[in-house]
Amino acid sequence: MTTEEQISLARAYPAVLRAAIGLGVYAGVFGATFGAVSVGSGLTVGQTMTLSLVMFSGASQFAFVGVAAAGSPWAAIPAALLLGVRNAFYGVPISEILAPHGWRRLVTAHFVIDETTAMAVGQAEPRAKQYAFWSTGLILFTLWQTGSLVGALLGTAIDPARFGLDAAAPAVFLALLWAQLRTRSAKVVAVLGGLVAFLLIPVAPAGVPVIAAAGVAVAAGLAVRPRPGGAS
Amino acid sequence: MTALLVALVIASVGSYLLKLAGVSSPESVLANPTVQRIAGFLPVAMLTALVVVGLADGDGDGRWSFDGPVLAGFGAAVIALLLRAGVLVVFVVAVAVTALLRLLI
Repeated sequence: MTTEEQISLARAYPAVLRAAIGLGVYAGVFGATFGAVSVGSGLTVGQTMTLSLVMFSGASQFAFVGVAAAGSPWAAIPAALLLGVRNAFYGVPISEILAPHGWRRLVTAHFVIDETTAMAVGQAEPRAKQYAFWSTGLILFTLWQTGSLVGALLGTAIDPARFGLDAAAPAVFLALLWAQLRTRSAKVVAVLGGLVAFLLIPVAPAGVPVIAAAGVAVAAGLAVRPRPGGAS
Repeated sequence: MTALLVALVIASVGSYLLKLAGVSSPESVLANPTVQRIAGFLPVAMLTALVVVGLADGDGDGRWSFDGPVLAGFGAAVIALLLRAGVLVVFVVAVAVTALLRLLI
């Protein structure tokens, strides 16, 4: 390693750690919201924590709880899994960065989520990428679990609606969606997906409107032909 | 209750297996452009659907129903996003506006 690289790394680490802690604080609050919404939807504290510990993917967890609370636990499975498909694709850059093998691969896989991937990919040097992945992953996991537990315990004592927490999930979903609406095709997919879900609400069983929106994504992915050199 | 527990375990373990498949698959499978486009569109379509269902059928009874304070809180969240606020601020704004309106109405 050259001196220049060492200086660059020394500068990168505190900045990476600060960003990881920032994401962790957000995850703690978001986790507390999840915990409160989850027990408010009728899940026990134990079930809520199983989702946070094992599923460990915010959007999937909210989707599972939302669809299951509407009275359809079986429809909640594809809703959560289809939202988790993106984590599989994050595995491509993460495999290149960490090259995990054996038992390390089993551990690494659990931490492959939106935030860790964005942080790892966002660094310049290979070692900074690895540091970003693990620091973000461990801080976020710890605070997500702590937040979920606190939220679930408080949620059994309070009425989530009284504190406006029923507005939290749509708002957070929109915020997560916002950054992905840069291209015209993504905007079209969002509008069509939303429209399909809206129209299906009164006619389809609970959970189906969200799963049907996945069909729009598949159809759009097959239909769109990216123009060479241009954003589709 | 038992159905919920079984579904919960299947969905949780399945989510982990998706992540594991990602770090275990040969790149050629996941690098297919069509597959990548679909994967990119999935969260866009489904997150929008979750937003729509949360707003238009918040009580989950399979009928269109709208809640004034939630819609107002969501509107405030949109404004916050237009002002380039982060997720945490958006969350606080939506929840605070909704709770405040419920307190006042």
